[in-house]
Amino acid sequence: MDPNTPRTTPRKSATFDDYTLSEIRRAATTGIYDIRGAGAKRKLPHFDDLLFLGASISRYPLEGYREKCGTNVVLGTRFAKKPIELKIPITIAGMSFGSLSAQAKEALGNGATIAGTSTTTGDGGMTPEERGHSKTLVYQYLPSRYGMNPDDLRRADAIEVVVGQGAKPGGGGMLLGQKISDRVAQMRCLPKGIDQRSACRHPDWTGPDDLEIKLHELREITNWEKPIYIKVGGARPYYDTALAVKSGADVVVVDGMQGGTAATQEVFIEHVGQPTLACIRPAVQALQDLGMHRKVQLIVSGGIRNGADVAKALALGADAVSIGTAALVALGDNDPHLEEEYQKLGTTAGAYDDWHEGRDPAGITTQNPELAKRLDPKIAGRRLANYLKVMTLEAQTIARACGKNHVHNLEPEDLVALTVEAAAMAQVPLAGTSWIPGKGGY
Amino acid sequence: MAPRDALARKSNEQHMIEIDLEKEGVRGVNSRLHTLAKDTNQRHWLIKNPMGQHAIACGLDAPIIVEVGGHAGFYCGGMNKEAEILIHGHAGPGVAENMMSGIVRVDGNASQSAGATGNGGLLVIKGDAASRCGISMKGIDIVVGGSVGHMSAFMAQRGHLVVCGDAGEALGDSIYEARLYVRGKVDSLGADCIEKKMTDHHLAKLARLLDKAEIKANPKDFRRFGSARKLYNFNIDHADAY
Repeated sequence: MDPNTPRTTPRKSATFDDYTLSEIRRAATTGIYDIRGAGAKRKLPHFDDLLFLGASISRYPLEGYREKCGTNVVLGTRFAKKPIELKIPITIAGMSFGSLSAQAKEALGNGATIAGTSTTTGDGGMTPEERGHSKTLVYQYLPSRYGMNPDDLRRADAIEVVVGQGAKPGGGGMLLGQKISDRVAQMRCLPKGIDQRSACRHPDWTGPDDLEIKLHELREITNWEKPIYIKVGGARPYYDTALAVKSGADVVVVDGMQGGTAATQEVFIEHVGQPTLACIRPAVQALQDLGMHRKVQLIVSGGIRNGADVAKALALGADAVSIGTAALVALGDNDPHLEEEYQKLGTTAGAYDDWHEGRDPAGITTQNPELAKRLDPKIAGRRLANYLKVMTLEAQTIARACGKNHVHNLEPEDLVALTVEAAAMAQVPLAGTSWIPGKGGY
Repeated sequence: MAPRDALARKSNEQHMIEIDLEKEGVRGVNSRLHTLAKDTNQRHWLIKNPMGQHAIACGLDAPIIVEVGGHAGFYCGGMNKEAEILIHGHAGPGVAENMMSGIVRVDGNASQSAGATGNGGLLVIKGDAASRCGISMKGIDIVVGGSVGHMSAFMAQRGHLVVCGDAGEALGDSIYEARLYVRGKVDSLGADCIEKKMTDHHLAKLARLLDKAEIKANPKDFRRFGSARKLYNFNIDHADAY
């Protein structure tokens, strides 16, 4: 061929992109699916696709630094003798000791307590450090029941029955052997160093009728004092919320697919479940249809990053939000100052998600004592508290701009969507129009 | 059903306090039992008219004897600590679930998930137990006078399951370190569960369990099952076992 003949530019396939090719090669080499932490990384319709309208002639705003804008929330008002009151509508999601170091759990408790909110145990039980440093602690009741005991149940301020989580609705868990230290093994009644599997279904109830009886038992054991949450992954948010209410939940937690996990198959994280944005309105609709909106509180989680996300979730009808991945970043996870160490692990700051391997240079997702002691629970806790306060101030800023004296007064009418997809999911008008896809026959 | 001999002896030692569940409700009954101090002298209770209600005598935390005078629903004796609970009838799902210590005895049969996730103590079922008996058990000892249903001892981590009758399909699926003893036939074993040699040590342990359960059986008639430990760390060549 004449070297002067023009050639087409080499073109890579959109279907077989670089990531896909690398995954095929990795699978062919190792013979095992990819396991990682965190939530869905693919581009999804999200809160960024919504905008607040702000005040105008028909609405008047509140003065930013003078007029009060409340942020408190009371959770568990339906049946519990002792509902919990939080200063801010942002809670810390369940993350286990085992997947996280004891220092990280302590830091989460410190930060949440300073900010006036709750933190949550995880699949592995309650540690004394966590209880000691958390003013308000939610105790997760999971299918595996690792570490479950009635004393900790009574020591908790609330109970969260985990049916599913957004990263893997319908899936169980896996904590690889390298993170099963002596202490983790002891708490979970397992031999050290083995892969610890967590069941996907509870061992002693099946379906909403049984769940109602299970909740009754938990209330009896705890003298009907504790609010009981039911956490579901973002799969069928309308029916799951309705059935959680039927089962007797005080609080429903809906976790979208951007919600993180300690370790799950990549294929599960990216291909099962619904985006958080798509879950909120169906869940709220279920509560409204049952006459239980604001009576049974709704917590939304999965990809909450800033005060705008908080405000948008509340405007769509949530009572509070919960953060996990963002809280770990606030503690120091994926920080660029550790770039050299991330490079040694074959990754880069911002992309590190092999949390299951226990080699986290930030000392957060590890059981290695040398790595774990890098994290100062007080300093990290302070960072988390700062972050929570900033998110709260941001949500208040938006609420005041919309003329609301409490963040719970935000409403769907304050929002428009930038995309047709987001408009359909959030059931708010496409910006510049009065069109809500699916409404009015269109 | 009449109280057994051992119970009758205990009953004679001290005054038995009767509570009528039909009058006081589950909440009233449990409230009274939960408020007892560890050193209470009100150590022997009879719950009359249990009517198959759920969550009877759950969450107890004192060395007392509680007799349930009939059938119980779900989760009777759930999360028990220290108490001896005697169910003079059948028990619903999840009897003695997550028990920490103490004893729960069922005179009749038990429904599914008996002793689920139990951490300690002894569960005795005189009759049969349905599916998933001892699921995710974490240290409890369970002795069943009759047979158990399918998927019993699923993901069983620690403790002992003794079955004097037969075991259903997939016994001990994905089992960890729990030990299983079966006198009758086993329909099938679950993933990673194998038959193991019965040594003198195991015979002695089994004899102690049967004695404690007050069930007459010859340990030499039993076979032992446990984990092959091949699924403890993921290996792609074992994927067809999952």
